[in-house]
Amino acid sequence: MRDSPGGPAPVAWPGRRTVLTLALGVGVGLPLARLGGAQDSSARGARPQPNDRFVLAAGERKGRLITLADLPSGGAPLTAYPKDATSGVVRDDSRLNQILLVRLDPRALDRDTSARAVDGIVAYSAVCTHTGCDAWDWQPASSTVKCPCHFSEFDLKASARVLNGPASRRLPALPVKVADGLPVVAGAFIGRPGFESGGG
Amino acid sequence: MSLRTLAIVGAAVLALLGPAMLAAQSVGSYNAVTEQRLLNPEPQNWLMYRGNYSGWGYSPLDRITPGNVKKLAPVWSFSTGVTEGHQAPPIVNDGVMFITTPQQQVIALKAKSGDLIWRYKKELPEDLLQLHPTNRGVALWEDRVYVATVDAHLIALDAKTGAVVWDTTVDNYKNGYYFTLAPLVAKGKVMVGTSGGELGIRGYVAAFDARDGKPVWKTHTIPGPGEPGHESWQGEAWKTGGVSVWLTAHYDPQLNLTFWGTGNAAPWPGDMHPGDNLYSSSVIALDADTGRIRGHHQYHWNDSWDWDEVSTPLLIDFKKDGRLVKGLVHPGRNGYLWRLERRADGIRFVDAKPFVTQEVFTKIDPVSGRPSYDPERKPRSGAAVTFCPGLWGGKDWTPAGYNPKTNYLYIPANENLCSTLVGQAGPYEPGKLFLGIDRPKTTMSWRQGASHIGELQAWDMATGQRVWTHKFPYQNWGPILTTGGGLVFLGGTNDRNFRAFDAKTGTPLWEYKTNSGITGVPSSFAVDGVQYVAVQSGWGVDAQRMQARLDTFLGTKTDVPQGGVVWVFALRD
Repeated sequence: MRDSPGGPAPVAWPGRRTVLTLALGVGVGLPLARLGGAQDSSARGARPQPNDRFVLAAGERKGRLITLADLPSGGAPLTAYPKDATSGVVRDDSRLNQILLVRLDPRALDRDTSARAVDGIVAYSAVCTHTGCDAWDWQPASSTVKCPCHFSEFDLKASARVLNGPASRRLPALPVKVADGLPVVAGAFIGRPGFESGGG
Repeated sequence: MSLRTLAIVGAAVLALLGPAMLAAQSVGSYNAVTEQRLLNPEPQNWLMYRGNYSGWGYSPLDRITPGNVKKLAPVWSFSTGVTEGHQAPPIVNDGVMFITTPQQQVIALKAKSGDLIWRYKKELPEDLLQLHPTNRGVALWEDRVYVATVDAHLIALDAKTGAVVWDTTVDNYKNGYYFTLAPLVAKGKVMVGTSGGELGIRGYVAAFDARDGKPVWKTHTIPGPGEPGHESWQGEAWKTGGVSVWLTAHYDPQLNLTFWGTGNAAPWPGDMHPGDNLYSSSVIALDADTGRIRGHHQYHWNDSWDWDEVSTPLLIDFKKDGRLVKGLVHPGRNGYLWRLERRADGIRFVDAKPFVTQEVFTKIDPVSGRPSYDPERKPRSGAAVTFCPGLWGGKDWTPAGYNPKTNYLYIPANENLCSTLVGQAGPYEPGKLFLGIDRPKTTMSWRQGASHIGELQAWDMATGQRVWTHKFPYQNWGPILTTGGGLVFLGGTNDRNFRAFDAKTGTPLWEYKTNSGITGVPSSFAVDGVQYVAVQSGWGVDAQRMQARLDTFLGTKTDVPQGGVVWVFALRD
């Protein structure tokens, strides 16, 4: 069940896709009046888009724009949300939009990672592919991150491949570039962010 | 009716029936689970989480004995298709078995043949965080099956078809609330407790009408302003103080009380939530009709060690100083074996003694049972503090068992492990980890000279003394089944074995290597006069987490394969 804010019901007769949504919405008991809200929040819920900026996802400076100066080489990863450069909408309606942003030694990056990076800045989904945790322990000596929930470990130099632990899938990478002197999104997530169903 | 309207109605009906219900077929006749049957379960059935309301994990069946257990062999198995921790018991009602799996499946099988009757799959939200990817089983009542879900729903299914009868959204998973426990059904109510202590929730137990899923009562495990016990918290800490409930209560129908174990206060270090923090790390007695707290005992105050005391005390009557005590017996995560008295007017302390090496408590008050602490062993902000047993304690969630024939309590214990924590305060954010520690500095170690970790212990309830111990080289995460045939069954070790022991002597008698490590609760049942023993094998969650910690400090890399399988054993002819 989504908890998006309420809004007016669509006035025009809905298309086929909306009919299904409507029917399923009735099935799980959603008030009809709330369906419009899901559309209003689509920009907030959309995955990162090219040219999106990055803003801090948490902490006292939550929502502040991330600049190149916030990403010193060797510094710990920041957790960010994407922000639409034109409308200013922060895409924080889904925790799956959380992004790990860090600057590594460009010479240490493997070829695929290097192709998606700018000046050593790399970005990945901040949601563990094992069971969806989003807290990370930074291990600067190896440029790896470890999930404290179940100890899956990912190599940020090498497409966030799994080094240890129960995760079986790497963290989806997010291409980055620099525009207007800021780190920005250069393309969509490579892979689906979020936990694995574990079969079944 | 126009085609367009038909399409809308059709889709709505499909949604109501549940696209998640797969391979449904009717079971035919089904014996309704009445209140009377729950109060007096037949020996051939396993109708609830621990087999009876007293929480014994005991089957009176006696065909399988120490004399013939070597002939025990698998008769069927069923792959769930799911990884992670398969902890639910096979619950059996007159030949129909129900299991749950991680990722929120409920599966009905023919208990004799293993044939699939139906499978329910809940579609989980894509943004769900699963700190504990597991489910601990169903509850039965009338012709319904109840499951509490990891995205905070309580769902009633038709026992014959798996169709959804009702689906109640109990809480918002985005704020860190989720369920892992098997519900308790008593007096027409379905009761659940919430997980999420590591995410800064405010814990509670809630009851719902078994017929329609409507809320009946809700009792917070942290008292609010104006409620007794609220004074044991300071400032706003009570709002995010944890005290989760993740195991099924036991129930005394004479007293009409349900007994729930509660988790630690959040975040972990005690100096971040000064006070005793009622009712954290406690047992609380809730009136089954109203949810009113009619008694409690706090095992330890101002928890600082992540010692949840969520395991529910077993209802065991024992003699103490010549007097028969209607007891509550709890082998605690804090490493002490607690014996309490359950009464209409509350819970009274009887005695407590350590069952593993415990270096934190300096004494136990002989009247109140309140422990005193070595302050150097109490984690706090800005200091590295080492304590034994470690944060997984002397026994975690894995249920102990009680056999009325031997009068022994069986404890799956872990000895010799210690933890080091460094307290570091952090902000609370809904749905985020709220541990209050410097995580990378958290380490595990074992006591110098330690020769083993896992133990299976037997304690004589007549004397209050330990009578035998079986040691395992590595950790033991095996829930206990004990039987009228004089056996104790458990898995729990990283070598994938399922084992049987002589309940009287502790002699190991039988073992079988399954597909994965076993942290599932075993059960026993009979169909057509044949006794079966059943268990799910499927390693994960905290057993896996502890393995990762062990590998880190031992320099090993242990590969315990994952994937859930139901195993059912019987004697070979």
